[in-house]
Amino acid sequence: MTPAISTSGLVKTFGSTLALDGLDLTVDAGEVHGFLGPNGAGKSTTIRVLLGLLRSDAGTATVLGGDPWQDAVALHRRLAYVPGEVNLWPNLTGGEAIDLLGALRGGLDPKRRTQLLERFDLDPTKKCRAYSKGNRQKVAVVAAFASDVELYLLDEPTSGLDPLMDAVFRECVREAKDVGKTILLSSHVLAEVEALADRVTIIRRGVSVESGTLGELRHLTRTSISVETGRPITGLAELPGVHDLIMDSDQARFDVDTVYVGGVLRHVAQFDVRTLTSTPPTLEELFLRHYGDELAREPSEPAGT
Amino acid sequence: MTPFTGTGRLVRLALRRDRIQLPSWLVGLSLILWVTVSSIVGFYPGEAERVRLAMTSAHSPVTLMTNGLVSGASLGATVMTQAFVSLAVGAALMSILAVVRHTRQNEETGRAEMIGAGIVGRDASLTAALITVALANLVLVAASVLVLVASGLPLGGSVLCGLGIGAVGLAFAAIAAVTAQIAETSRGANALAVAALGIAFVLRAVGDASGKVIDGGLSVVSAWPTWLSPIGWGQQSRAFDRDQWWVLGILALFVVVLVSGAFVLASRRDLGAGMRAVRPGRPAAAPALLSPSGLAWRLHRGVLIGWAAGVAVLGASYGGVADEISEMLSDSPEIAQYFEQLGGASLTDTFFAVTMSVAGIAAAAYAVQATLRMRSEEAAGRVEPLLGTAVSRPRWMAANIGVVALGTLVLMVVAGVTAGVVYGLVVGDVGSNVTTLIGAALVQVPAALVLAGVAVAAFGLLPRWAAAISWASFAACLVVLQLGVILDLPQAVLDLSPFTHVPAAPAEDATALPLFALLTAAVALTAVGITAFRRRDLALP
Ligand SMILES: Nc1ncnc2c1ncn2[C@@H]1O[C@H](COP(=O)(O)OP(=O)(O)O)[C@@H](O)[C@H]1O
Ligand SMILES: [Mg+2]
Repeated sequence: MTPAISTSGLVKTFGSTLALDGLDLTVDAGEVHGFLGPNGAGKSTTIRVLLGLLRSDAGTATVLGGDPWQDAVALHRRLAYVPGEVNLWPNLTGGEAIDLLGALRGGLDPKRRTQLLERFDLDPTKKCRAYSKGNRQKVAVVAAFASDVELYLLDEPTSGLDPLMDAVFRECVREAKDVGKTILLSSHVLAEVEALADRVTIIRRGVSVESGTLGELRHLTRTSISVETGRPITGLAELPGVHDLIMDSDQARFDVDTVYVGGVLRHVAQFDVRTLTSTPPTLEELFLRHYGDELAREPSEPAGT
Repeated sequence: MTPFTGTGRLVRLALRRDRIQLPSWLVGLSLILWVTVSSIVGFYPGEAERVRLAMTSAHSPVTLMTNGLVSGASLGATVMTQAFVSLAVGAALMSILAVVRHTRQNEETGRAEMIGAGIVGRDASLTAALITVALANLVLVAASVLVLVASGLPLGGSVLCGLGIGAVGLAFAAIAAVTAQIAETSRGANALAVAALGIAFVLRAVGDASGKVIDGGLSVVSAWPTWLSPIGWGQQSRAFDRDQWWVLGILALFVVVLVSGAFVLASRRDLGAGMRAVRPGRPAAAPALLSPSGLAWRLHRGVLIGWAAGVAVLGASYGGVADEISEMLSDSPEIAQYFEQLGGASLTDTFFAVTMSVAGIAAAAYAVQATLRMRSEEAAGRVEPLLGTAVSRPRWMAANIGVVALGTLVLMVVAGVTAGVVYGLVVGDVGSNVTTLIGAALVQVPAALVLAGVAVAAFGLLPRWAAAISWASFAACLVVLQLGVILDLPQAVLDLSPFTHVPAAPAEDATALPLFALLTAAVALTAVGITAFRRRDLALP
C-alpha cells in the first residue's frame, strides 16, 4: 500500500534558521501518526510544506500520491488542515467560518456539523473576534471533522482545549480512524500521542530521530522498578542495563533498560520478593533521552530553538 | 494608584514603537514644506510675480478648493496659500494613525490587556497616546518654523503658520481619540477619523471657493462652511498677512472639548468593546459568503461603503457650488477670458475636471488601501486556513483584486452621479449632466488601477514592504500631480505618475490611447504580483 504521506531529505531554511534539516517522514494510509517534538523542532514547518504553503529547499514530499506544491488544490479537496494557531475573520461568526472553510474544501456534512457543534459545546452565533484561542481551535476542528476527507493534518490541535474537550477530540480522532481515515497529529503533549497514535515520529531540530510503533520505541526507554525483598539484594549494580540504583537494606529502587528487564527480574526473584512495582516507560522519558541527555551535553546551545 | 499611573512608561513605550514611523512622517512633511518654499522663492522672487499669482489664485475657484484661500502676496503669504492645506492634512493623517495605533489597535492585539494588568491607571493608555501625538506635532511645529525662518520669512508669521499646522494635527488627534472609543476596530476608528478629515477638507474647499474676493484680488473672505472646518480655522490665521492669532484659540477649545469627550466615552465602555453592544450573529453562513469572492466582498464591503459615502459628499458639494462659482466668475470678464484662453473650455467644465481629478485621487487611495488588505490578511495569519482548503493562490488574489477593481469603478460612478445630479438640479438639466460627468469620472479609473497594480506587485514580490512601497508610490504620484508644475519637474518624471496621463474630462476630450496604456500597465503589474505570490512562501505571522 502506498503511504499517505512520505517525505525524504526535506530541507527548509528561513534566512539563517535551518528549520528542516533532511526530514524523513512516512505516514501509512489508515493510521494515526503522532508527530512529536519540542517547540521549534519543525513540526509546523513540515505540515506547511505538506500543504504547499511553504516550498521546501531540497528533498521530496508526496501527499496522497501527489506533489504538495504543484497539486495543492486537488490535494486540498481530499484533506483537512487544522493550523496550530487558528486565526479567523473577526467579523464572521463561528458558524459562518465553519461553513466557509468546509465549503471551500468541497462541502461538509450538515448533520455532522450540528453534532460536532454540540459535542464541542461551541456557540456558532458568536463573532470570531469574541472567541478565545480554544474556541477558535474548535471552529477549525469542527470544520475539519465535518468534512468527508481522506487525510487530516492536525497541528497541535488541543493546545488550547480544556481536558473535557480534549476527551471529545480524542473520540473524534478514533471515530475517523475507525472509518479508515489517515491522521497526522503533531504534538508536544506526550499523553495525547500516547493515547491516540499507532505510530510515532520524533523530530528534533528538523530531523526525525526515531520512528516506529510505541512498542518499538519503548526499547529505547527505561522502566523504573521499586522492589522490597526479604533479604538484601546483592550484585544488582553489576547487572547490565541497571541505572541509578538506590539500595536500602531490604528495599531497592532503580531504572533498567527495557531490554534487560527479564534478566534483572530473574536475578531479583532469588531474594524473596515481597512487593514489586514497575512504572512503564512514557514518551516523556523518550524525550529526556533524546533531548534532555543531549541538551546536557551541549550546554552552550540556546534554549528554545 | 491614580487613573493616570504609568502614563510616562506608556509614552516611552509608544515612542519606542514609533521610532521609525513618526520620524518618517516628520521628515517627509518638513521636506515637502522646504521644497515648496524654496521653489516659490525660485519661481516667484519678485512682488509683481507673486501679485499676479495671488490674483489668479483668488479668482480661480479650483485653486481655492485645492490649495485654500488667498491672503496677501508677500513671500510668506504665498507659502501659506500653496503649502498650508497639504501640510495640515499631512499632520492630521499622522496624528489620526498614531492615536488609533496606541489606543484601539493596542486593545485589538491584546497588548492593552497586558498593559492593563500591569500597574497602569485606566486613563493612562489614552493619555499616553495623546501625549505622544502632541510631542510629534510639537516637533513638526518646530521643524516648520525652522524651515520658514531659514528661508528668510519673518519670525512671527512663521511661528503662527507652524502652530497652525500643529494645531490642526492635534485637532484630528482629538477626533481620533473619540472615534477610537466609538468604533469596535482600529480599521473602523481610522475610517471614521479619516472621513471626518475628508469632510473638513470639503467644507473648507466649498467655503473658500465660494468666498468673496476683496482688495482687488489680493485677498479672499471665505464663506461660512470654512468656519466649520479645523483645517479652515488653521488657514484663517492668515499668517504673514493679518496674523490672526486668535484662531488658535478656537482650535485649542475644540481639542479640549473633544479630548474630554473621549475620556467620558472611554469610562463608559469595557476594554476591547465599542460603544455598540454585540448582538449574536448568524449561526450558519449565507450561500453568498461561501466562495473566495463572497468572502472578499464581505471583508471589503465596510471600507468601500465608507469611501463611497465620502466620495458622494465630495461629488454633491462640488456639484452644488459649480454653478454659483461660474456665475461669480462671469462677473469678471477678464478672468473668464483668461480661463477660456487656458484651454478653450468653459469654466464649469474646468471646474468639474478638477473635481473628478480629486475624486480620482480618492479612488486611487481606496484602491491602494483595499489591495493592501491582502497583505494585512496574510500578516494576520488568516490566509493560512484559506489556502489550506481547495482555493488556489491566484483564485484568492483574483477574488480580492476583482472586488477592488469593482469598488474603484463604483466610487467613480458615485462621484459622477452625485456631482451630475446635484449640478443638474441647480441648472435644471439632470440627464445630460449626469451622463457627461459619469464619463468624466470613469476616465479616472485606469490611473487608480495602476496604483492598485503597484500594490499587487509589491504584495507578491516584497510582502513585508508592500504597504510602504504602495503608499510611497501613491504619495510620489500625488506630489508630482500637485507640485509637478511648480517644481518644474522634467516631463520624464511627470510621465511616471499615472495621474499625468488622465485626460482633464469634461474640459478636454478623452482619448482611448492613454487610458488603454494605463489599463495595460495595471494588468501587467497585477500579473507580476500574482505570479510572484504563486512562487513564494506564504508569509506567516
Ligand atoms: N516563517 C518563519 N520565518 C522564520 N523562521 C521560522 C518561520 N517559521 C518557523 N520558523 C523557525 O523554524 C523553526 C521550526 O519552527 P516550527 O516548524 O514552527 O516548529 P514547531 O511547530 O515544531 O514548534 C523554529 O526555529 C522557528 O523559529
Ligand atoms: Mg508549531
